[in-house]
Amino acid sequence: MNADRAGRSRVVIGLPYVWLLLLFMLPFLIVLKISVSEMELASVKEAITVQNGKVVFNVGVGNYLTLIRDDLYLLTYLSSLKYAAATAVLCLFVGYPFAYFMARAQVGRQPALLMLVMLPFWTSFLLRVYAWKSLLTEHGWVADLIAGLGIDRLLLRAELIPAQGQLMNTPFSLVLGMTYTYLPFMILPLYANLAKMDLRLLEAASDLGATAWVAFWKVTVPLSKAGIYSGAMLVFIPCVGEYVIPELLGGPQTQMIGRTLWDEFFSNNDWPMASAVAVAMVLLVIVPLAIFNKYQAEAGEARL
Amino acid sequence: MSSTTHEAAAFLQIRGVTKNFGGYRAVDDVSIDVAKGEIFALLGASGCGKTTLLRLLAGFETPSAGSIVLDGHDLADLPPYERPLNMMFQSYALFPHLTVADNIAFGLKRAGLPSAEVSSRVQAMLELVQLAAFGKRRPHQLSGGQQQRVALARSLANKPQLLLLDEPLGALDKKLREQTQVELVNIVQDVGVTCVMVTHDQEEAMTMATRIAVMSEGRFMQVGVPAEIYETPASRFVADFIGNVNLMDGTLQPLGADGMLVTCDDCTHRVAQRHEASAGVRVSVALRPEKIRLAHEPPSPADGEFNHARGVVDELAYFGSFTVYRLALGSGAFLKVSASNIDRHAGAPIAIGDAVWASWSPTAQVVLFR
Repeated sequence: MNADRAGRSRVVIGLPYVWLLLLFMLPFLIVLKISVSEMELASVKEAITVQNGKVVFNVGVGNYLTLIRDDLYLLTYLSSLKYAAATAVLCLFVGYPFAYFMARAQVGRQPALLMLVMLPFWTSFLLRVYAWKSLLTEHGWVADLIAGLGIDRLLLRAELIPAQGQLMNTPFSLVLGMTYTYLPFMILPLYANLAKMDLRLLEAASDLGATAWVAFWKVTVPLSKAGIYSGAMLVFIPCVGEYVIPELLGGPQTQMIGRTLWDEFFSNNDWPMASAVAVAMVLLVIVPLAIFNKYQAEAGEARL
Repeated sequence: MSSTTHEAAAFLQIRGVTKNFGGYRAVDDVSIDVAKGEIFALLGASGCGKTTLLRLLAGFETPSAGSIVLDGHDLADLPPYERPLNMMFQSYALFPHLTVADNIAFGLKRAGLPSAEVSSRVQAMLELVQLAAFGKRRPHQLSGGQQQRVALARSLANKPQLLLLDEPLGALDKKLREQTQVELVNIVQDVGVTCVMVTHDQEEAMTMATRIAVMSEGRFMQVGVPAEIYETPASRFVADFIGNVNLMDGTLQPLGADGMLVTCDDCTHRVAQRHEASAGVRVSVALRPEKIRLAHEPPSPADGEFNHARGVVDELAYFGSFTVYRLALGSGAFLKVSASNIDRHAGAPIAIGDAVWASWSPTAQVVLFR
């Protein structure tokens, strides 16, 4: 009976692995293979061929060298990282108070508040991003509000918009759109973390002479670190490779790697180069993820 | 109500403190004076208001009425973080993200002490609770008993004028609890801090406290030193709550200087206690099980055992050091008797079904008026 149970648990654990192997690892290996191939007129040259009974490798790292040598790619990667990081930080600043007050609201009200955070998911993401276009164009509601409050002058001084009155297709509109879209991914893990915090720790801090403000920074924030990390990663990682939002809300200043990828694939039709760009992007995302996982493992250990 | 000017005011004065939660009165007009250096225990079942009273002292709740004065200063307007007292929380509330040393240093840093002094004080506290080697550990790496000591060290680090203990030993297992009770009292007395503790465990209250207040429904039922509470309970409630007791209802007949007689269903109590009461008053007699002797033979009056009752052993529980018997009396009432097992294999042991005589002295009972 035990062997039976072990077998069943192996199946349960195995299924997701098979799924990942077939639908993630295998395609990724194909992409990797293409990235080290060369273009042959209009088709991709096979990386590994068998000629006269001998295995012939046609492998080259030329595409990766191009990635490093050509400023365009490097700058695009950097700008992707920059906008993704800015979005993660903004989401944290907007999302933390949200999550905090949700977690401290009456227990009976929390499901409703949680529902409100998830409500945007009921409308297509594409539609919601598209809506921002009309809100931010000249004489759109939000554009008028921003101009009315004089915020556009600040944005201009920070060089986030090229001219007063021009909000669309700027770094501003891009980061606004990404922050708006990814905010729930910051709030949810933070809320989950803050809601399970032992509130007696705050009483203990208060008893030991800490004001509410000090207790927040010395107790609440350190204890919510795991939530901050998860939220930041959930926002940062997809933002690095984001294609739709830069396409709809970004502009000439905001070249991001998703856009470059698209161009290589569909404008230049250079699949090996495009694959190299994609592989480099995956690596770019895996590194922070690995750090995150290591942190999570350590945090888990600390909580035991 | 107030004391004369010649008399020193009590260190901690609780005056008419009431706390309402909506329509529910958790603490009901409580007044008490606690002297400096006392360990004062609030004892009661859960929901009796003891924890609320402690939280009122700590400042986590504000009283609906009444005042709390500590060392001549009214605490009313002070938030918890400005009160010169510290609390040791139930199950400790140690900061999981900080080391043991940083937990103890938390309050010292808030007080703005220079870092050299903070670290020397932390070291002194660690030595006080015998955890000098554990400063760099995290709380979760310690045993329950060690965590309890860290919590104590943290609450004593700021040299509070008043130490509040919320079920200080509640999270420890029985064996460790007995040992820690003594340790805790020794440390608190060494430091010389005045202490108010909350517990639902009467043994804990008895062994640790200098005085006990028995609480029920937000009120003090009786306040006194442990022996007073145990030997002369003021009411049926207190007698019943503290320890085991046999309560028998009867009619009183005063005998002047000789005390009184109380006639119950199964026996007539001769009580040495004197009271100015008129004949015919209905009273309860409280008799502790360990004050009763059991024998197969009837007691002779020469023994000085004036009180006796006859019953049949109905239940018997052997605890090793003592045995608890339950006698079925003539009226159908039961009498609990606890006897020390002073001999290893006593002759003619009492067994279930035996008809036996229970006897007790006239000073064994307490007469409770209603």
